[in-house]
Amino acid sequence: MMAQIQQEDKLNLAPKKFNMWIFIFTSFMFFAALTSGFIVYAGGGKHGINFKMPQVFLYSTIIIAASSITMFMASRAAKRVQIAQQRLFLSLTIGLGVAFFAIQVYAWLILLPSMGIYFSNPNASQSFVYVFIWMHLLHILAGLLLLINTLIRSYKNVAPVKNLFNMQMSSIFWHFVDIIWIYLYVFLLLNQY
Amino acid sequence: MSTLSVHDHGVAHHEDDHGHHHHKETFISKYIFSMDHKMIAKQFLITGITMAVIAMILSILFRIQLAYPDKAFPLMETLLGRFAPQGRLDSNFYLALVTIHGTIMVFFVLTAGLSGTFSNLLIPLQVGARDMASPFMNMLSYWFFFLASVIMLSSFFIQKGPASGGWTIYPPLSAMPKAMPGSGMGMTLWLISMVFFIASSLMGGINYVSTVLNMRTKGMDLWKMPLTIWAFFLTAILGILSFPVLVAGVVLLIFDRSFGTSFYLSEIVLNGTQVQPFEGGSPILFQHLFWFLGHPEVYIVIMPAMGISSEIMSVNSRKPIFGYHAMVYSLIGITVLSFIVWGHHMFVTGMNPFLGGVFMITTLIIAVPSAVKTFNWLATLWRGNIRFTAGMLFAIGMVSFFISGGITGIFLGNAALDINLHDTYFVVAHFHLVMGSAAIFGMLAGVYHWFPKMFGRMMNERLGYLHFWLTFIGAYLVFFPMHFMGLDGVPRRYYAFTEFESMKQWLSVNMFVTWAAIMAAVAQTAFLFNFFYSIFFGKKATQNPWEANTLEWTAPVEHIHGNWPGDIPAVYRWPYDYSKPGADEDFILQTVPLSQTMNSNLPHDFEDNPTGLEEHNKWVNTQKSNEQVK
Repeated sequence: MMAQIQQEDKLNLAPKKFNMWIFIFTSFMFFAALTSGFIVYAGGGKHGINFKMPQVFLYSTIIIAASSITMFMASRAAKRVQIAQQRLFLSLTIGLGVAFFAIQVYAWLILLPSMGIYFSNPNASQSFVYVFIWMHLLHILAGLLLLINTLIRSYKNVAPVKNLFNMQMSSIFWHFVDIIWIYLYVFLLLNQY
Repeated sequence: MSTLSVHDHGVAHHEDDHGHHHHKETFISKYIFSMDHKMIAKQFLITGITMAVIAMILSILFRIQLAYPDKAFPLMETLLGRFAPQGRLDSNFYLALVTIHGTIMVFFVLTAGLSGTFSNLLIPLQVGARDMASPFMNMLSYWFFFLASVIMLSSFFIQKGPASGGWTIYPPLSAMPKAMPGSGMGMTLWLISMVFFIASSLMGGINYVSTVLNMRTKGMDLWKMPLTIWAFFLTAILGILSFPVLVAGVVLLIFDRSFGTSFYLSEIVLNGTQVQPFEGGSPILFQHLFWFLGHPEVYIVIMPAMGISSEIMSVNSRKPIFGYHAMVYSLIGITVLSFIVWGHHMFVTGMNPFLGGVFMITTLIIAVPSAVKTFNWLATLWRGNIRFTAGMLFAIGMVSFFISGGITGIFLGNAALDINLHDTYFVVAHFHLVMGSAAIFGMLAGVYHWFPKMFGRMMNERLGYLHFWLTFIGAYLVFFPMHFMGLDGVPRRYYAFTEFESMKQWLSVNMFVTWAAIMAAVAQTAFLFNFFYSIFFGKKATQNPWEANTLEWTAPVEHIHGNWPGDIPAVYRWPYDYSKPGADEDFILQTVPLSQTMNSNLPHDFEDNPTGLEEHNKWVNTQKSNEQVK
């Protein structure tokens, strides 16, 4: 334990983890701004979303929530230095993340256009739906890269402290993008008419 | 306790590490892609100064147009080519000049140049840290800023010229590439540049906050931090909370520009004939998103200047800062309030008058913490043993501009008066004094004061005085007359308003202002010469040239990676023990323990420290009984 703390101090890990938390604040403000923008737009004008959120978003929401659980398991395994388990759960999380990504892409490329809802649209409430999905996917992409990086490094025999640190950094971020999607989904559900 | 010993241990390790790194340092890793906060600070400063000079030249160009609207200057055509056909400034280029001048000054000089320089230099040195939380991110922060600067300036080299919708880039003008020449490629470059800029300031801000909260040296609790650190810390928080909102606004603007959405665009006809396909969008939405950043932004600009001035005025008055806690709480007050006043930029957008009233009240409340700060500065000077160094003069100048510009803020914050004053020169006068001049004076004060820390040499004082007086007088001569123009209803950003019959009489004032501006601009050569000459040939600085208390002056003059050889010094007292009665000298460094200054200790030095208080009382009693024996 003592050795761990020393190591951590030398690598300055605590402040770096703190950096991640602050970054999450900035991301949060970004989405808060987008949703506030939606409220101002929809509240001031004649246009609402005007369609019912398709079922497929419920599935993607369940998948991303499940990925948070596997992420938690992976972190727990890392804490207990069970590397094999950690890799397994990490891979599962990545898999679920990719599945989520695929569903979202399906939704905006095929499903929404087939429902007659386009991005270039005089009704900006509907454009907002696309913006929410895209901006969130951007974060998912970053999260996936972070997860893959952690997975690769777990094969590279790094010190357990460093491994745990990578794990914690990616899990803070992954849980955050998960929560943000749930927030956006609920927000859209509440505003869908 | 154990954490303390562990901490020290870690530090010792670090020392070994840096010894190894030292040999591998190449020119590129030392001067270009440096991860050392002191080098990054210098990079920010010199880039900031360069951008400031460029933006100043732009302002002189449009001032010449305002003073001589119908005169041709063949030289202009030689210099600017198609932007000044027949030697007369193109009207679209005039708008581009105003826009880019504002953008560069607000973001590139007074945000990145000011916070970037002094937060980077002073946060690790004044809280006692080896470097920033993430030196790598810090380096990225500078290079993103550099890239943003290059992109912004590159827009002068494209066919249709730079963005010209004003620094606030309101849609629909900015959202429709065909609306004006500057809304085409120039606007695109502006947006790209700002995205990089925001990324840079977020990376910087995240680092500053994290470093202040996590990496203070032993004994440095929050209430022992110098006001500079408080100011940088709160500034960084402001940036972290507000810049992402601008990103959101900019993202939607990009979609409107290039993807045919209607977030900000509603029914509109272009050039009288072309009916546009947009519908139902709200340009006011952009203003909300923009000013939610934009208002905190003005405090991002002024708060570091406030912190720097507080520190410099205390050092050079040889007095503790008056009302240290009040200074901190007023900074916090300004930070919080700055998020709930953005609507005062939008009084005339058809806002609900009740909402306008709310924004008016929150706006006027900011006068309270601002006044607290102002009176505390004046009280710090009061009966001080003042040393008029160049840095001190600029700090006092900052207070002067803050007062005279702040007072007009009360006029403008009033929703009823704003109907008249909105978008007139009164606004221009107001913000150029309160955030433009005040912030740049804070920044210059910081440059003069911490130059020895940055470059190990002193700047020339006499040139500093010359620079100060010419700039100080020049700035007032430039901006004061603008108040009267504004009261007369003269609109800002007009190419040749003196052509209007009712505004003709302002031509002579415009000429006066332009010549004052030229004088002030020429005066900056005194600074530029002083700055660059002193880097190489200035008088060598001693370790603590201003006899100041803060930690940065305990670090050696020669910069070393990791700031202090050996252990980081511990801190035992607040940073403002100047002229303490009973002390041998008129300053006591933060690193001097109370046990070494028995003569000057006071009972209130031992708050939360009963053992110390007991020792102190014992010592006082012994002294008393000794006196009686004598």
